[in-house]
Amino acid sequence: MQAIHRIRSRTVVLPAADVDTDQIIPARFLTTTIRDGLGRALFADWRFDSNGHPRPDFVLNRPETAGCEILVAGRNFGCGSSREHAPWALHDFGIRAVISTSIADIFFNNSLKNGLLPVLVDEGTHSWLLANPGADVEIDLEAATVTLPDGRRAGFPIDAFARHCLLHGVDELGYLLSQHAAIAAHEEVRSR
Amino acid sequence: MFEKIWRAHEVVPETAETPAVLYVDLHLVHEVTSPQAFTLLRGRGITVRRPDRTLATLDHSTPTDPQQVFGGVPIRLESAARQVAELERNAAESGVELLGLKDVRRGIVHVIGPELGATQPGMTIVCGDSHTSTHGAFGTLAFGIGTTEVGHVLASQCLLQRKPKTLAVDVSGRLAAGVSAKDLVLAIISHIGVSGGSGQVIEYRGEAIRALSMDERMTVCNMSIEAGAKAGMVAPDETTFDYLRGRARAPAGAEWEHALECWRGLPSDASAVFNREVALDAAQVEPMISYGTNPGMVVAIGGRIPERDDEAFLKALRYMGFEPGEALAGKRVDVVFIGSCTNSRLSDLRAAAELLRDRKVARGVRMLVVPGSQQVKRAAEAEGLHEVFTAAGAEWRESGCSMCIGMNGDTAAAGHYVVSTSNRNFEGRQGRGARTLLASPATAAAAAVTGRITDPRELKA
Repeated sequence: MQAIHRIRSRTVVLPAADVDTDQIIPARFLTTTIRDGLGRALFADWRFDSNGHPRPDFVLNRPETAGCEILVAGRNFGCGSSREHAPWALHDFGIRAVISTSIADIFFNNSLKNGLLPVLVDEGTHSWLLANPGADVEIDLEAATVTLPDGRRAGFPIDAFARHCLLHGVDELGYLLSQHAAIAAHEEVRSR
Repeated sequence: MFEKIWRAHEVVPETAETPAVLYVDLHLVHEVTSPQAFTLLRGRGITVRRPDRTLATLDHSTPTDPQQVFGGVPIRLESAARQVAELERNAAESGVELLGLKDVRRGIVHVIGPELGATQPGMTIVCGDSHTSTHGAFGTLAFGIGTTEVGHVLASQCLLQRKPKTLAVDVSGRLAAGVSAKDLVLAIISHIGVSGGSGQVIEYRGEAIRALSMDERMTVCNMSIEAGAKAGMVAPDETTFDYLRGRARAPAGAEWEHALECWRGLPSDASAVFNREVALDAAQVEPMISYGTNPGMVVAIGGRIPERDDEAFLKALRYMGFEPGEALAGKRVDVVFIGSCTNSRLSDLRAAAELLRDRKVARGVRMLVVPGSQQVKRAAEAEGLHEVFTAAGAEWRESGCSMCIGMNGDTAAAGHYVVSTSNRNFEGRQGRGARTLLASPATAAAAAVTGRITDPRELKA
């Protein structure tokens, strides 16, 4: 996994609340045994019509969206299915952070494990971001802040351990495996 | 109860710097969310730590067409066939037990765990599927995880977790005749909202919950995730123990007595404190049906769609082809689906069959009945339920997730209305453009008979 320190990008805004992972990537794309290349399926039924042609009015299809790494989303983004294909598809498409006031639990966790930073901001900052698509925003993971173009800064909560993993580009499995002795001891006690 | 189970599984408690290392008693695996996890392990030269605590089955992308399961016809969807083959290989190489395509114990992962007695009170259970909350009906801490975490559990039998908060949902009174557990959970979700349970483990309590059978408690816990909750739980009691006694993987003899003693200590103490509590009166719940594109958008079947003017609401109604303020009863139905980990157990099939007996599926309506497991299928056939369904004109399928997720060939056409006993009415969930109406098995069966949205109590009278 690539280390993340700072993400500086224009935003793309998808204001709808309760966007579920079935929208982020429909189930018919889940019959895959690999995790690469899912960007093509991202929001497939919103991006493309039933003939497979891009819908020009959908925000991810607009020319100014190209290269945007920060998605500003409505509340409860990523609800529903636990499919990790959702953050895989977003990341493969080029998105590196999702900003909202609330993000569904499983999607939040899955994102952290895939170099996609879930950022929870206050209502005021969120309203400003929703109203100003394409704004140049900087996310500083070390400081856990979002900086708006006028220099205003908002903090966001981030678990210390998750931040460590993201800053160093390491996954959590190494740490888990290093707990081998404690796990073995737990198994020993529980088997009695 | 949550606290007791959490503490008993803490290998390393959480600190400000590090999450808790939480031990997993049972890891359920299926073909769709596991291949990339096995690949990760293989790439790092790691083996599965506890194959004996891992159980695999085929359900999500596996077809329910009898010809493709038992008839020797290859699985039509090539990518699905590859997922099946890959899980077969991964299970064989890692020593994980797989209830394979033709196994008599195969079925939807959340149906077979309880049915085999593998799901037991006090356990921690995880699976790469959000409806893992189903197992909480037994007083287990059970939740869905992503594929990376599936890899973590395969490798270490543990997960890194921050402790969630707790929410008590107290349901007083009793459900009225003709009102089911599905109606109750839809009412609960509409009450607390689709993100009302975020970051929380729900404990369902109260007289109405105690009166539910295990099948019904599973239906309620199953949909906890639709309120955004991490898990849902019901304290184990005599109903739980009666269900488990004698099951294939439940403890027996002296071990059973010992287990009972432990399980009886699990329910929350009177002094237990929850972060939040909400209360509902079961007697007020009516048969419910969804009208929108998330499981919180539900009304009583005789009711009207609310009148709101926010864009998300109107977008949902446009997708559904409905207008604000409209009544739902009497609206046309194209497809009826009885199945899914929410409502595919024997009692669900009985409830549907009761309304279909000596009746026909309305002209122009397609009805699929998909038992949750091969064991449910055989039990239903032993009672002759399959004859009720087929005589009425419904399709009687092999077990699997089927039209709940629509990735196995079972889908509905764009624009079609599907009255479904499944758990999600998201856009496109049952096929691109398909319009899902979530309801109980009785309501679904009533819709099949009349070809219209119908209060099932009208047909019973």
